[in-house]
Amino acid sequence: MAKILIPTPLRQFVEKQDSVEVSGATVGELLSGLTEKYQDLRRHLFNDQGKLRSFVNVYVNDEDIRYLGKDATPVKEGDTVTIVPSIAGGSHGS
Amino acid sequence: MAVEVPVQPATLSNEEILRYSRHLIMPEVGMEGQLKLKNASVLLVGTGGLGAPLGLYLAAAGVGRIGLVDFDIVDYTNLQRQVIHGTKDVGRKKLDSAADRMTDINPHVRIDRHEVALTSENALQIIKDYDFVVDGTDNFPTRYLVNDACVLSGKPNVYGSIFRFEGQSTIFAYPGGPCYRCLYPEPPPPGLVPSCAEGGVLGILPGMIGIVQATETVKLILGVGELLVGRLLLYDALNMRFRELKLRRDPECPVCGDHRTITKLIDYEQFCGIPAQPEVAAEVPGDIDPTDVKQKMDRGDEFILIDVREPHEYQICSIPGARLIPLGELPKRVNELNSADDIIAHCKSGMRSAKAVDFLRQAGFRKVRNMKGGILAWSDQVDPRVPKY
Repeated sequence: MAKILIPTPLRQFVEKQDSVEVSGATVGELLSGLTEKYQDLRRHLFNDQGKLRSFVNVYVNDEDIRYLGKDATPVKEGDTVTIVPSIAGGSHGS
Repeated sequence: MAVEVPVQPATLSNEEILRYSRHLIMPEVGMEGQLKLKNASVLLVGTGGLGAPLGLYLAAAGVGRIGLVDFDIVDYTNLQRQVIHGTKDVGRKKLDSAADRMTDINPHVRIDRHEVALTSENALQIIKDYDFVVDGTDNFPTRYLVNDACVLSGKPNVYGSIFRFEGQSTIFAYPGGPCYRCLYPEPPPPGLVPSCAEGGVLGILPGMIGIVQATETVKLILGVGELLVGRLLLYDALNMRFRELKLRRDPECPVCGDHRTITKLIDYEQFCGIPAQPEVAAEVPGDIDPTDVKQKMDRGDEFILIDVREPHEYQICSIPGARLIPLGELPKRVNELNSADDIIAHCKSGMRSAKAVDFLRQAGFRKVRNMKGGILAWSDQVDPRVPKY
């Protein structure tokens, strides 16, 4: 089992949890498991071709999977997977 | 490779020496560092949530010249977080309000006011007169514009971003380091990620992130410490956790990579998928004005008014007789509605209810209309006792 940390903008799709425990040997398997369980989350993480969207980054511990093995990046027991989407808020917000 | 701020021959007056004494007695700053601060120039893009603490602390620290870019007016909804502005400033230009407060804190700081929206036409021209840029904007097109302009100008960009209870900060475009496009090659399509106006933000959050940005700006000027380069700092206020992720320059990055394809500023609205003509302005057939809804009520017409906002918004204010069905629950609760009924949907400003109307029409509802301008327009046009938020 690995823990997936869910960022604030996506918590509404996972019953407002800030983390979800999912089993799988790779990042791809974990994210498949996650989006099977929470189907509304799927379009926020993946495009129509099933590829991770380019404004969503995924990290295993503190390393970006784009510089590891992408979807095939192995995940060990106790690893933390973090989803970090692009956020733009800052100034006006009015 | 470090970015050197040249120490020009300048001195501190006795008043300044007294003012900066807590800096001067620290070896990491000292007279040399304080003169670096005095000789430095920083451009703050945005004087809102992030810009507020940035402006206050950079002025107090004695940064010699601070440029402010903003064209907005202070309103009441800003005061929950934009602490550089006060109640007395509501209705004033943010530039004037911020500059007055900063000058009050430190009259030795020169403040340049740029009362414009940063655009592809003016960005390089404005940025070239500053040593460093601090990005406190609130939208994707300007974020990509600031990034590309900083990369093209070779100016480090101290980045901060916030949403609800969460913040991110790092330094982009530092020599040899990554840029915003290395982190996120593309922005989300419009509408997929809510803005702070839609999603809300804890008022203190921009304080924390803005102060991280201010700290890194001062360190850049002084050339001390370990900079937040190649590291993305994540802050979760709800669980009070700081985390750090590794950030790398992407050799394939179109603006700072090894084979650059972007060598001048582009159309960032288009890049972010925002149509040149705002869709909101388009009149959708079948929309109804709040005053017409009120007339229908007064005549006793049979119709269902649904409120597609969230329950916590409904608690702030509501229209009598409206049934709360949050937009996100509508697909599951559509069977509570009868497609033969006359239905009017409303939300806060009319955006979400337009989506609800689209959804219901696709589900076979014929007599469904959107109340224009939402409950804000209802407050303006029908019942001013309904508070605006």
